[in-house]
Amino acid sequence: MIPTLAVLVPLLPLAGWVASGLWGGRLGRQAVAVIACGTVGAAFLAAALLFWQVRGAGDRSPIDLYQWIGAGGVRVAFRLLVDPLSVAMALVVSGVGFLIHVFSVGYMAKDPAIGRYFAYLNLFMAAMLTIVLAGNLVVMFIGWEGVGLCSYLLIAFWFTRPAAARAGVTALLVTRLGDVGFLLGIFLAFGIFGTTDFSVLTAEAGRTLALGGGTATALALLLFAGAVGKSAQLPLHIWLPDAMEGPTPVSALIHAATMVTAGVYMIVRLHAVFLRSPLAMDVIASVGAITAIFAAASALVEPDLKRVLAYSTISQVGYMFLAVGVGAFGAGIFHLTSHAFFKALLFLAAGSVMHALGGETDMRRLGGLARRLPRTAAAFAVGALALAGIPPLSGFFSKDLILSDAFRVHPWLWAVGVAAAGLTAIYIVRAFAMTFLGASVGGGDRMAHDPPPVMDTPMWILVGLTAVGGALGWSFTHPGALERYLLPVTTAGGKAPLPIPGPPAEEWALVGTSLLVAAGGIAVAWLMYVRRTLRVGFGPLAGLLRHQFYIEDAYAAAIVAPARAMARAAAATDTSVIDAAVTGIARGIGRAGQALRGLETGYLRHYAAFVLIGALLILVFWVMR
Amino acid sequence: MAVPAPYHLALSALLFTLGMVGVLVRRSALIVFMSIELMLNAVNLSFVTFARVRGSIDGQLLVFFILVVAAAEVVIGLAIIVDIFRSRETVDIDEANLLRG
Repeated sequence: MIPTLAVLVPLLPLAGWVASGLWGGRLGRQAVAVIACGTVGAAFLAAALLFWQVRGAGDRSPIDLYQWIGAGGVRVAFRLLVDPLSVAMALVVSGVGFLIHVFSVGYMAKDPAIGRYFAYLNLFMAAMLTIVLAGNLVVMFIGWEGVGLCSYLLIAFWFTRPAAARAGVTALLVTRLGDVGFLLGIFLAFGIFGTTDFSVLTAEAGRTLALGGGTATALALLLFAGAVGKSAQLPLHIWLPDAMEGPTPVSALIHAATMVTAGVYMIVRLHAVFLRSPLAMDVIASVGAITAIFAAASALVEPDLKRVLAYSTISQVGYMFLAVGVGAFGAGIFHLTSHAFFKALLFLAAGSVMHALGGETDMRRLGGLARRLPRTAAAFAVGALALAGIPPLSGFFSKDLILSDAFRVHPWLWAVGVAAAGLTAIYIVRAFAMTFLGASVGGGDRMAHDPPPVMDTPMWILVGLTAVGGALGWSFTHPGALERYLLPVTTAGGKAPLPIPGPPAEEWALVGTSLLVAAGGIAVAWLMYVRRTLRVGFGPLAGLLRHQFYIEDAYAAAIVAPARAMARAAAATDTSVIDAAVTGIARGIGRAGQALRGLETGYLRHYAAFVLIGALLILVFWVMR
Repeated sequence: MAVPAPYHLALSALLFTLGMVGVLVRRSALIVFMSIELMLNAVNLSFVTFARVRGSIDGQLLVFFILVVAAAEVVIGLAIIVDIFRSRETVDIDEANLLRG
């Protein structure tokens, strides 16, 4: 039963991809939509049945479908792994994915290429579920590259727009940088363990890898490089804001809820390896914390609604890395889940705004939409409050869990996280205020209206999940429901060096602090962007923020410009050296031929004379020798 | 008393030179052709001479080969000349200069 279901979960969307991809044009829009949503919905049901089967027990059942690679000593089975972690992830991915598929039916209703759209989206689901259910690194890598491909295809979905095409290429190239590290990590794992099976790695890492040894650190950091690229962490984050060129449901699904969190999932999956290198763990936590505050700061001045959400995603994924970096794997997955809910909600609400206003995302041209789109505004507000960390919404619980775990490992990480939380509250209230409050700016919103039910319903289901999702991990002193469910997996590879929770008073103090910061952030933002009584100039920071700390400009100067120069030099070399050599040789031979053709007179006696001269020369040579 | 070998060789060289000059200076294909035959037979003469001097049969053997090959070559050569005559109505080899570069 379990093997069949486990295979069905990724296979159903794959079948949907084949159907929509091959016969999308012939089937018609309705049929394509039904197939796409139906296969993902069925995958969700299969995942739910799996959940029923493996709940409670710390089940780890590897399923070998067939021997995939057999070359000498290298044997790789096409192996799936069903355990609480993969089932929980599969539920989140297919559940949120299903809602976004349904939303897409309304959002893309007028797009002529709907067959292509749903084909890509289904392929993405298949690849993502392959990552989640993979039983070894090689199978995971299939999905890893598959989601990267779909991300590229969907970012550049409207490929006639140069910005979209460019953004797709950027995403592909930048994530590829990380993927090189990931691939090297897989090779290294092969070299060390002779296999990449997760169960073997989990069981053997403690014995094979020396704690804090160079090998463990190298392996952990190489794998982390893949996560940095895929999850858009510093310094490879630049592709994600550009990725907003894609259709908004794609941003919700791939660039917020699922793909960008694949790195977090991978680290939790391989926590046994990462735990062997405290240095790598500290690097992960630091990168996460710095990314969290950096991206939150960038979001403060961003004028584009979707790009604000993109920076917000980078920042929130930073929190997840902070969590797994301090060994709070359950908390990381919990935040991944609640973030999937509320960030998908925010993106869908933003999509509704774009749908109503014909694709406008520049917040300077938006405003006062709460009157026209009351339901969308309410949904966005719920998502925004969850993001800001206001109880009892899910974001509060998961973020707080991370922060309190971080406090016990490195207080400075906690301080950075809290500061980022304050900025988060400010930027999301700013985005809400600029979009939905104040005076209407453009005149084009006269006809704006809330979206049709096919878009509205998924949004409100996500509102519900955002509201109650905190119950999955509601706890201050003991592991919450989700964490307890994951415990057999997250402790299989050795205990994280997480200190035991402090006294309840300390916990409540931490909760109170982050609540105060969130409320303070909202209040400040309210005064700045709604009442407009408070005027805070960012001073010299403003320019820095507006250019996202000049990181992209630094890349342009340090990498893109030299690469361009090299390309130009190579082109010049090609024409002036290589081509010149080739044409020069050809021309030289041609000239020699021209010169020699005078010898060919066509007169028999000349040829005979040549023979004679030749014979005489040979004779002279012999005689003189 | 037999004629000494150097006379034979001198005659051979003379005949060969005559043939060579004929090939180089005459315009009629037939004459050129006959000059070639002359050169061949000059070589034959020297072969026979050396065979006798060295008391070996090899030289005489080679002469038979040359005779046979020359006979075959005459057939083909004449056929070519006849063909050239048919197409150009002349056997002046200076007219047959299609291979000029």
